[in-house]
Amino acid sequence: MSLPVRVATLVAAFVVVVAGASFLVIHYLLGGPPVEDFTTATAGHVNVTMQEDAQNTVTSKPDWVSYFIKSPSTSQWVHTTLFKVPAGTRVNMTILGYDGCTPLRNPVWSKVTGTDGNVVTVDGKSTSVINSWSGCNVGHTFSIPGIGLNVPMASPPLTATLCGTSPCTTGPHTVVKFSFTTPKTPGDYFWQCRVPCGGGFLDGFGGPMQTIGYMTGNMEVVS
Amino acid sequence: MAAAAGDAPSGAQASESNHGEPNHGLRIFLIWLVVSVVADVLIWVVWGPHLPPGDMATASNGQQFDIKVMAVMAAPVMALVLIYFGYALTVWRQRDGDEEDGPPLHGHARVQATWITVTSVIVLFLFAFGTYELTTAQGAGAGEGPSPIWKPNGTKPLQVQVIGQQWRFTFRYPQFGGFETTELMLPQNRWVEFHVTSLDVIHSFWAYQLGVKADANPGVDNVAFTKPTQLGQVTVRCAELCGLWHGAMFDYGHVVSPAAFASWASSTRTQLASVTKILPPYATTYDPTLVPNINKAMAKAGIAGANGYYYPPQDPEQP
Repeated sequence: MSLPVRVATLVAAFVVVVAGASFLVIHYLLGGPPVEDFTTATAGHVNVTMQEDAQNTVTSKPDWVSYFIKSPSTSQWVHTTLFKVPAGTRVNMTILGYDGCTPLRNPVWSKVTGTDGNVVTVDGKSTSVINSWSGCNVGHTFSIPGIGLNVPMASPPLTATLCGTSPCTTGPHTVVKFSFTTPKTPGDYFWQCRVPCGGGFLDGFGGPMQTIGYMTGNMEVVS
Repeated sequence: MAAAAGDAPSGAQASESNHGEPNHGLRIFLIWLVVSVVADVLIWVVWGPHLPPGDMATASNGQQFDIKVMAVMAAPVMALVLIYFGYALTVWRQRDGDEEDGPPLHGHARVQATWITVTSVIVLFLFAFGTYELTTAQGAGAGEGPSPIWKPNGTKPLQVQVIGQQWRFTFRYPQFGGFETTELMLPQNRWVEFHVTSLDVIHSFWAYQLGVKADANPGVDNVAFTKPTQLGQVTVRCAELCGLWHGAMFDYGHVVSPAAFASWASSTRTQLASVTKILPPYATTYDPTLVPNINKAMAKAGIAGANGYYYPPQDPEQP
């Protein structure tokens, strides 16, 4: 093999390796769901609206349960679980529960913690405990362990016909409201669902439960 | 080692030794003796009290003692290797203008036998020592399954159930009504009997300063003992890769005075009463996939569904 051919082969191999590595970095490390920015506080608080659906018909995993966040800039539902909020600020959360019930693996998470007054409002009624083992009434939870926040998400009635196209705009659902104050220290606070809702995976804890953009995400607190 | 020119001069070497060559073996031995004694004293007295995992509890104190013993045993061995290495480089190096071949190397049965005997004795001692330590209070911080080898005698330990779940440990106090909390609070100078289990995947309960590290397996009651002897904060981590947020599965526990613990337990029991009453009865393990009430609720609604389980029998579709 002549010298020019060997050099060309070497350069080509180098380019392929660099291109492959760049693709991996860009696609897997830098890619991912968008971050919804709620850092513009009005009167010392921000309003965050989310929904949880029995499916998502906007990805290649249509049978995976998923959260959606309503974009503060466009008011459109966005398939993401990443959001950004200001530090030391009251966050008013509204979560629309479109998914049906699945009991909590540990009923200790039936108790609401970390919200203002340790209560949550479900369809206008205030409560501090939603017992998912007494009836089929909890679909998911919204929990941020880093700040001790845990809110069970009430589900529509057991016999309800659930919304089949996500993001849901119609269909039976609950309206869950609560408020909490973000930490004064900036940082990343992961959040998760504590209901094993990854149907089709071992004990329901795979798939959407382990994937950002579905049933777990991150709350970025910025100064 | 057996080929050490200075240890066992023979043949041509022996003839050189007879012509004013110093006794290298004795020199190396004396250097090694001094270095080993100094190193062991420093390890035991100066470094020892700072070795992990500290001495906040009986189990951690025992582990620190074990590490000190092993370090004291290992230091002379390491010193001998390094001293011989340094001595050879210094004394037996090739000097400028020296083109002569080195002396032929020969085996030396006595040196070889001594080396094998001494290292075997050390290894066997450490094996016996380590095994014995696991059967005493020193090793009680490691989870030893539902029937631990060692138990504290003549005392009633505080029982704390550690429940691992993605991605948080919760702690249940059966002697205080069975409340379950995310806070780990322990009294000083009282034996604690941890019952470690899991509700989903395998976790590992690692309370570093307490010297407790016990696997949390679903369906298994893993018992570990320790007695906190100092007040302070305890770092609790999961030490088993358990999923997406494994790295964030850590928290802090606290060792407080017995009075403060009693006060905390009483107030927490009251505070959590509304959720304690809906917890399953205290048990050493739980089967969280079976929720009978859900079965009843679904049957009442006319839905066959998951038959009281989370998912129908065909799940999981993939391991």
